[in-house]
Formats: sequence, C-alpha cells, structure tokens
Amino acid sequence: MGNRTPLFETHKAMGAKLVDFAGWDMPIHYGSQIEEHHTVRRDAGMFDVSHMTVVDLIGAQTRPFLRHLLANNVDKLQDEGKALYSCMLNEQGGVIDDLIVYFLHESWFRLVVNSGTRAKDIDWITTHAKPFGVDVVEQPELAMIAVQGPNARDKVLSVLDAPARQPAADLKLFFGTEHDDWFIARTGYTGEDGFEIMLPGSEAVAFWNALKDAGVEPCGLGCRDTLRLEAGMNLYGADMDESVSPLVSGLGWTVAWEPADRGFIGQAALTSEREAGAKHKFVGLVLEDKGVLRNHQKIIADDAAEGEITSGSFSPTLGRSIALARVPAGTGTSCRVEVRGKLLAARVVKPPFARNGKAQIELD
Amino acid sequence: MGELPGDLKYSKSHEWVRVNDDGTVTVGITDHAQDQLGDMVYVEVPERGRELEAEEACAVVESVKAASDVYTPLAGTVIEANEALADSPEAVNQDAYGAGWLMKLKPASSGALNDLMDPDAYQAFIDAE
Repeated sequence: MGNRTPLFETHKAMGAKLVDFAGWDMPIHYGSQIEEHHTVRRDAGMFDVSHMTVVDLIGAQTRPFLRHLLANNVDKLQDEGKALYSCMLNEQGGVIDDLIVYFLHESWFRLVVNSGTRAKDIDWITTHAKPFGVDVVEQPELAMIAVQGPNARDKVLSVLDAPARQPAADLKLFFGTEHDDWFIARTGYTGEDGFEIMLPGSEAVAFWNALKDAGVEPCGLGCRDTLRLEAGMNLYGADMDESVSPLVSGLGWTVAWEPADRGFIGQAALTSEREAGAKHKFVGLVLEDKGVLRNHQKIIADDAAEGEITSGSFSPTLGRSIALARVPAGTGTSCRVEVRGKLLAARVVKPPFARNGKAQIELD
Repeated sequence: MGELPGDLKYSKSHEWVRVNDDGTVTVGITDHAQDQLGDMVYVEVPERGRELEAEEACAVVESVKAASDVYTPLAGTVIEANEALADSPEAVNQDAYGAGWLMKLKPASSGALNDLMDPDAYQAFIDAE
C-alpha cells in the first residue's frame, strides 16, 4: 500500500482509477483522461496534488539562503505573496529539482517541490540552510488541491469562506495569499488560469465536495500530464534531471545571470556551459505522421545527429501527438523520430502547444 | 464493465476471438484490456494478406498512457482489418467486442481454438491478475 492523501477514500467513491505515483496511491483518471483534459481547457477541473511536498523556510537569513540555493533570483520577489519558478542545481549545473517558491514575508518563504524527489531535496536544502541558520520545516499535514480552467476561479470563489474570498479574487497571476491555515495561490501546471490551494488535510474532503457541488470536475494526474505537456511545461525526471542543465532543458529563462556575483549553486558550471555554447537545444515536436511520440524515442536530425524525446504523448487539444525533445543544436524545422521501428516525420515548433483553451500551434 | 460475451473465446494476452459463420474469425482486445489501457488515441492494424503465426504481435493499440502490442491468438491469414479505427480509435474503448474489432483471419487450422479460454475461465483469469 502506498501513501494516501486525505482524499483517498473520496477518490475511490468517485470512481477513480488509482495508480502508484512516486509511492502515493493517486487517481490517474475517473473514467476518461481525454474528457478530463477537455474539461480543464474548457471549464474547470480539480486535481488532488497533496502528494507534493510543501517546505517552509523560516529565519531572518532566508532570502540570502535562497539567493544561494536557487538558479533563479529570489530578489525578484519583493511583493508579499509573489511566487517564482526556479531550478535547484547541483555544483555541476544539473537539476536536482524544479520548484515554486512563495515569498510570504522576510523570515518565511514557502517551497513546493516534487514528491518523487522529496528525500534528496530535503537533505540538500537542510545541508545548505545550516550556515544561514534557516529552519527547514515540512508541512505534511497540508493537503493541496489545484483547480484549473477558464471557470476555475469563479467556481472556487463561490465556495471560499467569506473572509478569504476577496483576497483570493484580487490575486494577480503568480501571487498567493494566506488565510488562517489556508494558502491560496494563482498558479498551476496546466496552462490555464486557476488556483492551487493548500489547506489543512482535515478540511480537504469538505472542500473537495463543495467544489464538486459548484461544478468543478475531479481530474486525475493522467490529464495533468497532457495539460502540462501542451502548455510546454517541464516534468522533472523526464525533461530534466541531475545529468542535464537548465540550458539544454528549455529552462534557460529561469536562470538569473545578474548580478554575476550572486554565487548560486551551479553558477560556475552553467557559466562555462554557456560560454562553450550548448550542443543541444530543447524544442517542441508535432508528429506529422500517424502514431504517438513517447519518452526516450530517438530523434534523427537532417544531418544525422541524434536527439531524444524527453516527454511525448497525445495532445487532446490538437488531436495530434506532441513532444518535448532535446535535439542537436543545429536541428532545423523538421526531423524524424524512430517510433516502433519506423522513421516518422515531425515538425519542430516552439512550445507551448496549447494554453488558455486554445491551440498555440497552427496545424496544416 | 459488463458481462463477458458468451460466444467468444479469450486469450491470456487479453484478445477475444469470434468464430464467424463462414469459418473466418474476428479478433479484438477485451473490454478488460481497454479499461486497463485507458483512452485510445491510435490503433495500427495489420495489412490484408499478412500471414500470422499464433501469438505473433500483429497490431498496436496506443492509449494516452502507453503503446501495447496485440498478439493474434490464432495462426492464419489476415483477410480484413478494421481501417475505420485510424480515425476513431475510441471505438476500442466504447465497443471492444463490436465496432472496436481489429482484424478478421482465415485460420490456418481449425483446432487451434481449443487452446483458448471460455468466458468463465477468462473471468477467473482476470480476477486472479
């Protein structure tokens, strides 16, 4: 038996198919992954993401610590509640994890990291926090529910307690607000507007049921993956890991190079890599032929150099197979992919493939 | 999922076989198999005329989640394949024993069906999985 979130019995009662997900028994879908995908693009769906790891960093030196720990620069966070996406690197510039950091106040920042990397993340963060006197406090009792889609915010606001409603309604993109033990953020992993809500586990079932009554459909982690893929958002462990840097993972934009003397972990290695010039680039692919692109399929560029699909699947919005891929730097506008023994034609595109309810790629 | 159709035979790799009046057989994947795989997004069926050996991989069903080989339960020649699945792979989910059929074969021998399971045996087999 795996770990279970406070919503486990609720998922079963709602007909979820449960699978192991980084040691957690989580819903993959409640009937149709594709229907759930469309619901999020067109209306509002909710995901139990309580398996994710919430870590609070407490102490007067938290900001200097995070300036050192993260490849993005927390000095971009000057307004309370603001969130920042960043990679956490090792000294070689490899990605230990990607995460969201929320600035609550100067002595309290909150991280949300992946569940599959929880143990190594906590070790790494704790080790590097020591010299700064920062306390690393996990919050395992918090549940987390993501509500996403064009109607997600309205539906969430309709069921929130009155005192939390206005602050939540006023949230700008990529901001969060704290209310009692609840934390409501206008963030997500689908390419749609919505909220991610952290709340005490004991209140999760009632809130989930209230959302259901307000017309928010339960969605499994299966469509969360196709939604994030369409949105061009990376998945840790597939699109990047400790063996590659953000520069060849489509995450160069998350690296804050200035000020050059910040001294974040991995900076020296990244700087060398940048100066040497990257041998690979990270792109989107749309399959032109019939079939489905999958993780680890081999890519052959026009000059016979090889690349690899890092995550591939079927895009319900486009009705085509799509992928994120690491390809030779010289790859042009098309390539071939080895799919089950055949070479299929794919077009090279710039992600995202779909966001805010719409395709972002023109199909011929 | 409903009851298993009583007139079909079943394989351990979750294909079903229907014997048609003219002695040919129709092959598909079971409702249990499609339920395990999830929403189908691509189906590749064998070419007409292809000679298949028993348990040879001859078709591919791909769901959002993964690609899976389909193995022919019987040796034989492909006399027809369900080309409509190219545009409507979801038929495998919606009607696994009907519109979701994959291919029709002319079996190489008539006795081969005896190696397959009847509905009760297949039900027991999936219950034990």
